[in-house]
Amino acid sequence: MTFDLLAQTLVSGVLIGFVFALVAVGLTLIFGMMEIVNFAHGEFLMMAMYASFWMWSLFALDPLVSLPITTLALMLMGAVTYKLIIKRILNAPMLAQIFATFGLMVFLRSLAQFLWTPNFRVIQHSLVSDVRLEVGSVFVGLPQLVAAMGAVLTFAFIYWLVEKTETGRAMMATAEDRDAAALMGIDSERMFTMAWAIGSGCVGVAGALLSTYYYIQPEVGAVFGITTFVVVALGGFGSIPGAFVAGILVGLVQVFAGLIIGPSLKFAVVLAIYLLVVLMRPQGLLGKF
Amino acid sequence: MALLEIKNLTKRFGGLVANDDITLSIDKGEIVGLIGPNGAGKTTLFNCIAGFYNPEGGSIRFNGKDITNYRSDQACAAGLARTFQIVRVFKGMTVLDNVKVGSYLRSGSKSEVHKRALEVLRFTGLYPKHDMLASALTIADKKRLELARALATQPKLLMLDEVMAGLNSTECQEAVEIVRTISGQGVTILMVEHVMEIIMPISKRLVVLDYGKKIDEDVPERVSTNPEVIRAYLGDKYVARSR
Amino acid sequence: MNQQQAGLAGPAVPGEPKQRPIEEAAPFRGRFKAMALVAFILFLLAFPHLFTMPFQQHIAILIFVNALMAVAWNITGGYTGQVSLGNTIFFGVGAYTSTVLFKDYLVSPWAGMLVGIALSILLAVAVGYPCFRLQGHYFAIATIAVGEILYTVVVNTQVLGAAVGIQLPILPESWINMEFHGTDKTSYYYIILAFLATAMITVYWIERSKLGFYFRAIKEDPDGARALGINITRYKLFAFMLSATFTAMAGTFYAQYVLFIDPNSTIYIMVSITMCLMAVLGGIGTLWGPVIGAAVLISISESTRVMLGGTGMAVDLLIYGFLVMAVAVYQPNGLIGMLKGIGRRG
Repeated sequence: MTFDLLAQTLVSGVLIGFVFALVAVGLTLIFGMMEIVNFAHGEFLMMAMYASFWMWSLFALDPLVSLPITTLALMLMGAVTYKLIIKRILNAPMLAQIFATFGLMVFLRSLAQFLWTPNFRVIQHSLVSDVRLEVGSVFVGLPQLVAAMGAVLTFAFIYWLVEKTETGRAMMATAEDRDAAALMGIDSERMFTMAWAIGSGCVGVAGALLSTYYYIQPEVGAVFGITTFVVVALGGFGSIPGAFVAGILVGLVQVFAGLIIGPSLKFAVVLAIYLLVVLMRPQGLLGKF
Repeated sequence: MALLEIKNLTKRFGGLVANDDITLSIDKGEIVGLIGPNGAGKTTLFNCIAGFYNPEGGSIRFNGKDITNYRSDQACAAGLARTFQIVRVFKGMTVLDNVKVGSYLRSGSKSEVHKRALEVLRFTGLYPKHDMLASALTIADKKRLELARALATQPKLLMLDEVMAGLNSTECQEAVEIVRTISGQGVTILMVEHVMEIIMPISKRLVVLDYGKKIDEDVPERVSTNPEVIRAYLGDKYVARSR
Repeated sequence: MNQQQAGLAGPAVPGEPKQRPIEEAAPFRGRFKAMALVAFILFLLAFPHLFTMPFQQHIAILIFVNALMAVAWNITGGYTGQVSLGNTIFFGVGAYTSTVLFKDYLVSPWAGMLVGIALSILLAVAVGYPCFRLQGHYFAIATIAVGEILYTVVVNTQVLGAAVGIQLPILPESWINMEFHGTDKTSYYYIILAFLATAMITVYWIERSKLGFYFRAIKEDPDGARALGINITRYKLFAFMLSATFTAMAGTFYAQYVLFIDPNSTIYIMVSITMCLMAVLGGIGTLWGPVIGAAVLISISESTRVMLGGTGMAVDLLIYGFLVMAVAVYQPNGLIGMLKGIGRRG
């Protein structure tokens, strides 16, 4: 393996890794708060990508320009999902919790296929597409670079929100001990709604960014969804820094596995990571357990 | 040979030593009470013996076998049954079915399991309610059901964790009677209890824990006047007064 | 007042305890249920002779295959409460094993099915033993991962047809070859009905045996179950092995019926998903729930296919996903739970 190839692979891995981290932090926020795994998380991402696509296709809005709209739409979607569905199963048996978000996953995936057919869509000639930068001997597509930067910025914002603001700390308190937080006047209902809104908002940002260079189709959420589970498991369910580190690691593993073993088997390697982590070190790298 | 022999048992949770070098033994047929202030490590000791936790140090021998690292299902199969501090029953199953789950440990025959389960239900006074869903029972009855379930596994040693908590005085007396009868049938009993009026009269011996250590082990009359024990429960102020 | 108390047993004798009419009505209800069941079984046996059009028989066969997979899933997911989203691996192993043995070595699919079952059982142990200690959500995701890994492996294995799949050999029609041609699907119908009946009788027997009690205890309260001497892992493995067995049977049948298999039809996550959707909707942890769920799903699938043509595929899952959400939120006991509730009130 030449140095150039190594550098190229490294860069690709890290760039996609940042995006994985952003998608994962949304999932881990929700899980940390209420121990519910949103099986439809990947489908939320798919919806965000479609939202960007249709705003581009129908209103000629560049995905980066419509990003705030996509984000708001997803935040709304998250809050509504909480109010309509999640709220009612907070204290239900685990089976019911699994099937609630699971049913949502099937519903959203089928909805997309029904409304927009299984055809692959792609956004062409956006602000950033068709541009490639050359740094040394490494080629980087501008969309990928912008996506990565956007992901890092958003991630940093989330980190700041959670660690440094009062709202964020209230959320963490609720995550730690719902009842104790309630006794201190923190409205857990509001916190849960916010967690869902913010977590989905992250996905909205990621979706808008990804839509600049990814194929958009109803099944796109599936692969991302599963990869996100791997990232969250590796980083530690509920850990925000964990999501960041794990995102990059999984991104790297994916590209290097694709390079060394072959593109069709790289997903299997990523999945094998999930199994290894969850069986040997359930708390992940930085998890709370 | 003692039925249960615990030697130098130590259980740590991170930096906290919940059980510190505890040695104690229980003979067949005894009723032994385990007392101590909150947080002394009583339930932890129970959990170690019953296989819910694995101790860091020491050994546990039951009926001649080393059960130190047994899982809870292995411990039960060996003859150790226990009830829980916060009552647990199979809520979605009937009272009879709950007990049958216990009976199935010792027998595979449906008719025998059914027969034994009904026997246990009659013994604990739950027979009239055998068709009710366990979730519909009162706390006192749920505790009785948990006890019946444990009895159905035909234990040699029955460990009761605060079985009197939350019961009114009538229910307490009934429970005491049941415990006495169980003991009369040859089952050895180790019970954790806070209600002194209950545990003093029926225990042959009391073992006192404080901060993870065993601080006394004796007949109830002597334990109740031991200054160490009084200090553990009430503080130094009351030690002088007891003299 | 007396009329209401009288019910089916006639007017109550004054002075007799009120309960009598109800007690006498109960055995009548029991007898009615038994008669209804016998009538239903006779109907099922006569079905292919009453409905001779291929499409009708095909629908019935589809329902039975799906019901078999859902009943199989239910043993682990419904009774012990361990939700697997990867049971498609057993379907695939069953299908591919009997197919490869049939195509390359001319082994009868019946024998091939037994080999497939054996392999599936081994796979169940290999996956279950390390994974059962995982808590609910994590186990579910792990099973998804295993399914995807197997999919990737098969897609990349030439001997197994890779992504293209395997065409089963068209041999003279016979029972030994488990292959029948022509528009009359009667023989297929009876085979799958027999498989489904075997699975359901097994579940019925389990429900009333030690296994059934232990499964329910594990689902209700694993720690409490352990304290009663139940080795959780051992019994979960039993359940998983049983699920694997019946799912593999469905896989072999599917291969012999459709005469073509590929990863997308046999080791696909949507296969896992539909299996459990059917059981959840119909009534998790009940004997007939999965069957009802299968009947409902196939009905929805086929009606949407008829109404909307090619894109019918998505609409049925759309409705299904919505129903499952509704079930999870409002009536976790599924359609059967709803029916029981109505029965009690009425």
